[in-house]
Amino acid sequence: MKEFKFDTLVIGGGSAGMAAALEVSRRGFTVAVAERENSMGGILNQCIHNGFGLHHFKEELSGPAYAEKFIDMVETSNIEVFIDMTVMDIEETGDLKYAYGLSKLTGMIKFCVKTVVFANGCRERNRGSIGTPGTRPSGVFTAGLAQRLVNMEGYIPGKECVIVGSGDIGLIMARRMTWVGAKVKAVIEIQSYPAGLTRNIVQCLNDFDIPLYLSHVVGEIHGKDRVESIDVIPLKKGIEQKDKTFNIKCDSLLLAVGLVPDNELIQKIGISINPETNGPIVDRQLMTAKNGIFACGNVLHVHDLVDFVTEESERCGRYVSNYLDKKIPAEQFRSIPGQNVKYLVPNYYSPINENKFYLRTMVVKNRAELIVKVNDKEILRKKLKHIQPSEMISFSIPGGTVDCISECRDNTLEVHIV
Amino acid sequence: MKKDMVCISCPMGCRITAEWENENDITVTGNKCPRGIVYGREEILSPKRVVTATININSSWLGRLPVMTTGTIPKGMIDSLLNKIYKMHLDVPIVRDDIIIKDIENTGIDLIATRSVKT
Repeated sequence: MKEFKFDTLVIGGGSAGMAAALEVSRRGFTVAVAERENSMGGILNQCIHNGFGLHHFKEELSGPAYAEKFIDMVETSNIEVFIDMTVMDIEETGDLKYAYGLSKLTGMIKFCVKTVVFANGCRERNRGSIGTPGTRPSGVFTAGLAQRLVNMEGYIPGKECVIVGSGDIGLIMARRMTWVGAKVKAVIEIQSYPAGLTRNIVQCLNDFDIPLYLSHVVGEIHGKDRVESIDVIPLKKGIEQKDKTFNIKCDSLLLAVGLVPDNELIQKIGISINPETNGPIVDRQLMTAKNGIFACGNVLHVHDLVDFVTEESERCGRYVSNYLDKKIPAEQFRSIPGQNVKYLVPNYYSPINENKFYLRTMVVKNRAELIVKVNDKEILRKKLKHIQPSEMISFSIPGGTVDCISECRDNTLEVHIV
Repeated sequence: MKKDMVCISCPMGCRITAEWENENDITVTGNKCPRGIVYGREEILSPKRVVTATININSSWLGRLPVMTTGTIPKGMIDSLLNKIYKMHLDVPIVRDDIIIKDIENTGIDLIATRSVKT
């Protein structure tokens, strides 16, 4: 078995992995990136629509274009990229980590590294996750798979389709399917409000008169070999109104019902998971409970915008470099979600350094306020114009603002939204 | 005449209102930036959209080349543009930002590749 020595191994060559690897490499450390696919870019490669990069590059790019800007930087750097490489396992001996990667090109490779960055993204929830009854014909796809088939491989998964889930992926696929000549008969959303951005409702549904059924669920899938139709049931206060069930004829069903961090390997090596995000629990430096193992991007928590992934991952790269430089981190205390907050990342903060947080709320509200407290003292208060669960919120606490650390208290930082 | 709409120029999604007596004099309110005024007027006179699609390419590893218009084009032109795109067949190599169709129906907008495909 071939052995390679690096300072850092980054698992995943998508937007998170490339940004983290570049930052570590810029600080003069040796970096390897293991990418499972045959090219870097990750999910961006199949997101051919526009709207990427408004924050980071200040221009409107397609997904592949955003990825390519990073791929160009990686190719001119000293980063070593291992294409078609899946990391199967990681072992630890003292401060060193041994990662085992499999590739059809090189066979098995052993990476001997000081640090590992998990940047391997997320997976789609599927039919099993939402428990849709009915037969099991062909024609049921996750929206991301359908997107890959249409945009990269050149197959059209169906001619008359229904989309389940009104998140941005579902809406973008409604427009894409229409533009490749399929008929999108409906978008079905279990909640009483659309999960995606309003601009996507306008340009992906309203432009094509695609009906959006809010507070509806798929009752049953019909069809023997191929999907023939589906039953749709309206909800009233969360209860199925079975007498009002109606049927929609279609030959395919695209499920856009959420994303979950791909945390299989993380769990396998014994790193604890945050049940709210399904990603690992991390400290202020985005380091997991295991020394030298970091996480960033969608494997840490599912982001809405790639620009945020880039920001978080570049920061992760800096933290990895600090670790490799053997900088001793300042004392950290817990940070936890409070009222109306679904989750908070990271799960620890340092009162001395700057702390950047990402969170998701559980409520839809106009003119909300974000309040940060330590030991019952208010540290920060911020006005928020409009909040909803599908839009991630970020804020920073500048270093030295937390001036109420006490030896007799637990110094936990709480974030509330009111 | 009066029409409520949501500006799609950026992810902010401002709720704007366009009011007009005649089409030469449209007032837009509710916008938080100047792009809202442009969007509101265009939406009444001639709605425009950015188009993204893919083109058949004889690459050894990638089935479709992603392409995008460099700006918005009138909605009415989208179908004919898509039909033209789907009939095309491109050879590698392609470099990102290569112009695939120049000046789409005299709009001054080009269709460009948004990914490089070397082989």
